This record gives sequence, structure tokens and C-alpha cells, in this order.
Amino acid sequence: MMAEDIQAKLKNYKTAPFDARFPNQNQTRNCFQNYLGMNIMWLLPVSTSWQRSPDYSKPDFHRCTKVLTAKGADTTPCEWFRRVYKSLCPISWINKWNDQLEEGTFPGKI
Amino acid sequence: MAHPSQLGFQDAASPVMEELIHFHDHTLMIVFLISALVLYVITAMVSTKLTNKYILDSQEIEIVWTILPAIILIMIALPSLRILYLMDEINDPHLTIKAMGHQWYWSYEYTDYEDLGFDSYMIQTQDLTPGQFRLLETDHRMVVPMESPVRVLVSAEDVLHSWAVPALGVKMDAVPGRLNQTAFIISRPGVYYGQCSEICGANHSFMPIVVEAVPLEHFEAWSSSMLEEA
Repeated sequence: MMAEDIQAKLKNYKTAPFDARFPNQNQTRNCFQNYLGMNIMWLLPVSTSWQRSPDYSKPDFHRCTKVLTAKGADTTPCEWFRRVYKSLCPISWINKWNDQLEEGTFPGKI
Repeated sequence: MAHPSQLGFQDAASPVMEELIHFHDHTLMIVFLISALVLYVITAMVSTKLTNKYILDSQEIEIVWTILPAIILIMIALPSLRILYLMDEINDPHLTIKAMGHQWYWSYEYTDYEDLGFDSYMIQTQDLTPGQFRLLETDHRMVVPMESPVRVLVSAEDVLHSWAVPALGVKMDAVPGRLNQTAFIISRPGVYYGQCSEICGANHSFMPIVVEAVPLEHFEAWSSSMLEEA
């Protein structure tokens, strides 16, 4: 049921909606949380062997979807987080964090 | 835009700026009335030969000139707080744009659908065409659909800057590592100018902001053409 809600929200997506957890002027954490959410999703425990391959540390929407599919879980949360952080986060921040994730120096708790 | 020897605000292009102008008119009128009264009293005191050596106190006038200022202050505070809360209303934006300050230009990112990003440099005085405004024009404008709630997230890539557009009643500091949110609705189509409002080095005065408000179809056509160009 939650998947249908998210799918409906994604279909009508215009921009990141108001998030009551971040009601004030400083939206830094809003951007960061959604980026984390996107990249945390694919770290949920699964047991498929491809995860032990060398580029497991490379996060992206595809791996998030892949992991959740492997789990048999619904993948729409990945897309929601991705849309929201793409709307909110500066491109340079996203590129920097992606590079850090690749190098293993990302400061966030994943 | 601003005019030479301008005294008042630029014409409002957003509902918030209209409110701010009305509030300013109201408060300035109070200030003028008080100043006129004080000036009158001073000239009256200075230009009379009458003296009064026996006055000791006066409860009545003391009460009046305590209560009356309190009332005047309330008359200023109530509209002020109304506007403060109005600006803080939860809004539901249709579009998010990121304005990133650099030394010495702004860059704008429209990433709700595709990744559209471009830089906006000031047009140098020698490159202006007739009719353009010195130190205000840029090579790329921040185009925005009119009558749509827009969210702007302001940040900086190097030092402090500040993103300001007076006609919209908007000013927001650009702080490296921080994402500051502001929002507005532009009531009418037009071109609105602003300038960097936080000292940021040698060319702080030469990194202006230009917002162009157009009907939605024009905005869509513009964003498609910008994506093709990139």
C-alpha cells in the first residue's frame, strides 16, 4: 500500500515537497538525509553473492533498485529519495559525495 | 530596477514585497509625524520669551507621553509581526532552483527533472548593447515561471555571498556548506535585477543577479532549449 502511495507521489512529482522535519531556513540536513536514505537503502542486508564483488562500494540508483529487488522488496523508495535529493542538493555536493563513497571516505553514517 | 536619484523602493513584483512597501509607508508616516511634532515643540520652546520657573511635576502629561508611545509601538509591531509570520508560511513550491555563489559569478541549477546547470556572468561594460544596464546585466538569466511558488536554495562554493533581488523582497546569504531556503511568487512578467550583498573579494560589485519571469509555456521552451545547448 505504501508503494502505491509513493508511486502516485512520484507520478505527480514537481519538486521536493515541504518536509515537516525540516521546517526552517536551513535545508542542509534535508538534502543530506535524502542522499543518505538513497544510499542506505542498498546497504540493507541481503545474501546474494554479487554483493561481495569489488564494486559493491559504488552506490547508485541502480544498485539500490537491484538490492531491493534481490530482497524481494519494493524499489520505489529509492526513486523517491533520488528525486528529492536531486532537487535539493547542489550538483557539486552530489558529485563530491559520490566520489567519497567510491573511495570509502564518505563521512556519513551508512 | 533601480533608478538614479531614486528615493523609494523599486516597484514590487511579489506579494511579499507589496506588503513590505505598505508596512514601510505606514511606519515612515509615523516617524514623520513624530519628527514634525518634536520639531514644532523645539522651535516653540526656543522662540518664546515666556518662562516658567515654578513647575515641579505633572502627572497627567507624564501619563500621556508614556501611554501614547506604547500605543504607537503596538501599531508598528502588529503589522510587522503579521508580515514576519506571512513570510514564514509553509508553502508548496512548484519548482526548486539552486543559486550557488562563486567568486565572482552565480550559477543556477534546475534539477527537478533533468540536470540543468549554467553560470551567470556579468556582461562587461564594453560589451553592453544599447539599452542594457551597466553592472547589472548577465549573460544568462535565471528564468522562472510567473505566478508559481518557487523555492530557491542558496549556497556558495567558496566564500560568503548573498543572493538579493529587491523587487521580489528577497535576500538570502550564501554560506559554503549550508543550504539556505527562500521562496517567492512573482506576480507579473518582467526582468528583475539584484546584486551580490555580501562582500566576497575584488569583484563583489560585479556579480549581479537577473531574474526573468515569463509565462509557464515560455519557461518550458526556455528550459528545453537550455538543455539542448548543454
